[in-house]
Amino acid sequence: MLAIVGFSFSPHLLPIVAAADTAMDAQAIAERIQPVGKVRLLGKPEPVIEEKIPDTLSHENQEQELIPAPKLTRSDYPNIGVSSRSVVWLIAQLHLFFAAFVLAVPLFVLVIELIGFKTGDWRFDDMAHEFMKISLSAYSITALFGGTLAFALFLLYPQFMAYMMRVFNTQTLIYAALFFAESALLYIYYYGWNAMRYGDAKWVHLTIGLLLNVVGTTLLVVANSWASFTMAPSGVNEMGAITGNIWEIMKGPLWNPLNLHRFIANIAFGGAIVGAYAAYKFLSAKTQAEKAHYDWMGYTSNFIAILAFLPLPFAGYWLMAEIYAYSQQMGITAMGGILAWLFVVQAVLIGTILLAGNYYLWSGMSRTQGSERYTWLIKYIAFVLVVGFLIWVTPHTLILSPDEVATLGGSHHHLLGPLGIMPAKNIAVNLMLIFTFLSFQLYRRSDKIITVPWAKAGNALIVAIYVVAIVNVIFAGVYYGYFTNTVYKVGSSVIQVMSTLMVIISCVVIDTFMFKGAKILPSHWGKVSDRSQYALFALPIAFTWLMALMGYVRSSVRTHWHVYTVMKDNSPENYIPAIGHAGNMITIATLLFLVIILFIFWLASLSSTKQAPPVEQTATGGA
Amino acid sequence: MPVLVKVLGFSLALTLGFTLVTNLLPQIEGEAPVEKTLDISAFTEESFIALGEELFKGNGTCTLCHNNMGRAPDIPVMNMVETSQERLADNRYKGEAKDAESYLRESMLNPGIYVVKGYGKKGSNDTQSPMPIVDKAPIQLSDIEIDAVIAYMQAKDGNLVTVALPTAEAASPPAKAEKTVQQATPTIAQNAEQAITQYGCTACHSLLEIESPVGPDLRDVGTRLDTEEIRQSILEPNAVIAEGYFPMMPSDFAERMRVKELEMIVQYLAEQSGE
Repeated sequence: MLAIVGFSFSPHLLPIVAAADTAMDAQAIAERIQPVGKVRLLGKPEPVIEEKIPDTLSHENQEQELIPAPKLTRSDYPNIGVSSRSVVWLIAQLHLFFAAFVLAVPLFVLVIELIGFKTGDWRFDDMAHEFMKISLSAYSITALFGGTLAFALFLLYPQFMAYMMRVFNTQTLIYAALFFAESALLYIYYYGWNAMRYGDAKWVHLTIGLLLNVVGTTLLVVANSWASFTMAPSGVNEMGAITGNIWEIMKGPLWNPLNLHRFIANIAFGGAIVGAYAAYKFLSAKTQAEKAHYDWMGYTSNFIAILAFLPLPFAGYWLMAEIYAYSQQMGITAMGGILAWLFVVQAVLIGTILLAGNYYLWSGMSRTQGSERYTWLIKYIAFVLVVGFLIWVTPHTLILSPDEVATLGGSHHHLLGPLGIMPAKNIAVNLMLIFTFLSFQLYRRSDKIITVPWAKAGNALIVAIYVVAIVNVIFAGVYYGYFTNTVYKVGSSVIQVMSTLMVIISCVVIDTFMFKGAKILPSHWGKVSDRSQYALFALPIAFTWLMALMGYVRSSVRTHWHVYTVMKDNSPENYIPAIGHAGNMITIATLLFLVIILFIFWLASLSSTKQAPPVEQTATGGA
Repeated sequence: MPVLVKVLGFSLALTLGFTLVTNLLPQIEGEAPVEKTLDISAFTEESFIALGEELFKGNGTCTLCHNNMGRAPDIPVMNMVETSQERLADNRYKGEAKDAESYLRESMLNPGIYVVKGYGKKGSNDTQSPMPIVDKAPIQLSDIEIDAVIAYMQAKDGNLVTVALPTAEAASPPAKAEKTVQQATPTIAQNAEQAITQYGCTACHSLLEIESPVGPDLRDVGTRLDTEEIRQSILEPNAVIAEGYFPMMPSDFAERMRVKELEMIVQYLAEQSGE
């Protein structure tokens, strides 16, 4: 016979349990029931059940209530007389611009410093130091905007912030602690540059730089977890109540795609900004030596920006694929719904970046006479870039009025419609990237005469790689894009990406071997047109604008949710703003950023400006 | 002209060029869905169908995928009553619907029960549906709204509307936004997983690949308890309190759960052996 402590008598339960357990002793029962039930045999003492409270079940956890996310009404949002969303939008965007810049610069500075140290070419070391000088001024501005953003959010969206604080809890303090570490390492890295410049001390300095980047990247991924949580919450139940630990909250489905995308984009952005600095200094230079230095600096910056930019579409593609996997609805809102026009603007921006980057490389080829061998190719590259750009800007799925549908003769244009779908755009963007790399490869070859005996075979191999990759990109796009079901259309992108990457990697490797013992033709640094420097300005402007545009879409895909599916946004501005309004906001943010960054450039120049000592006045006359 | 002025002028011109592009494009705002108060007594069949159409094309966000883009079956040009009959007769159909109306409701509340070939999640071999459950966030249609959408799908091709007009008793007050952990949802779960999710079991118990330390781990409960004991634990949770846990499990499941839902959960849990 069996009774269960605490049970009221349950006639339908008892016979079954009793029959099943007649042969059981107390130990067996304890093992079977634990930890759900506490049982004993009638007439026998209560079995001793080992106290095994899970480690994760602290006293605090036991008492933790499952509190759902708050459901807000209009009155929960303070009204300060101006648009709360616009205030937060501008401050957040400026904070992100500067944060991206100051986190990115030490990444490539470390690499440049290492190159300088290993090659013994101290120009690299000086340039790396100069890059850090710009970054240092931007660091304090990042912190200022970060603090202002926090105040603005707590003031204007107090309930949302209260919820986010409850979710992320002490992680926010760890973030603050990391900021202290970042500051300390940054200042030691910059101010210790000359104190640890040679020999073993340089290794110490490089290690500090590495630590700086580790902390910086950790800051980036921690902050990203806040953004990705609002898009695809994890570690909470469908009411928004916290059910997981901080790690489960952080590792949502979009966290890593966002981490990778922002990490690469930051480097491209940072490279573009220091490129603008070099261009500004080039245009202001008074001497040929200065021009040569800043020309070289501009070239290096452009190299960093474009190199980081090349894999960016693939990281973006991964992010979008994960968004679709998380919520098809969210994916379509971004790509095929109300935000679809936005990608036309994106195409304009990326077209600007690629054309400016290529134009700068073509202009730079004038530094050496050896480039004449390749100039005939430029017009073909330009043709591919322009055609690719036009395909990319061709829209497909748009929200149309009945009049527009009638004018168009259907929901899609009969000729241009097929160019509007993703496979066509994938062909276009991959070809644009391949041909941009070709510009870069030609530039690298323009000051060299290859002397290895297998030069002809090597060149033939490179041409073959290009041809195969281009054919592959076009074939995969056409076959999967137009002759298979929608679900498989995206499958083409993997083949296309692999083809593009194959071109880049294999050509870099082959060129490395081919350049061994090559005759180097003289490069005349500083001998480029002023016009080419404006291409270096076009890059950061387009990057900055693009970054803000992508921020707009990332935030908008949440539609009317603060935290998608668990916490609704009931503020007066819980709608997706029209693209024109977004464009105006982005322009304001971009212009403010540019003005501040020009101020930083000026500050950097100011620090190296010395006033001439006053000439002592000698008394030449008497009273 | 000073370099600074030239640079600023160039930057401004380029930036304004981008801005111009955005302002030349069609200006569409994505309005947040507005919750309407429905006057149940004023519904006619026509107005009910019209509500369904409005939801189908609006707040329900159905047309985001169900259009001619090939992302999901193009419902606007399909006769959904005939299609429902075809799917019910399909060998792959494993649901419990008997007619078009119940099939359409089932497909909205449990889209994974029958996935149309070629439209499953990538890599799932058409065993998982990418469609969101329409009474859950972010769509959150109420029972009446779901009925209205069914009525629209029946009526749009001239089929007989079998959905009954809502009555005051059936009107579940904006269950959509007001659900809490403690409140039952009016929707009948179609399988154990859905029922477990619906009643928030995973908020406290580790189950369905969700970990929670608040209550006992149920991933191996089948090795510890038989079906009667599991049933008892749900209906009278405070009768036996597991060692090391507090008596915080809601005790009103007997009032809130359907018998079918309870049995689905019990059977499911009894099969949990921790593997």
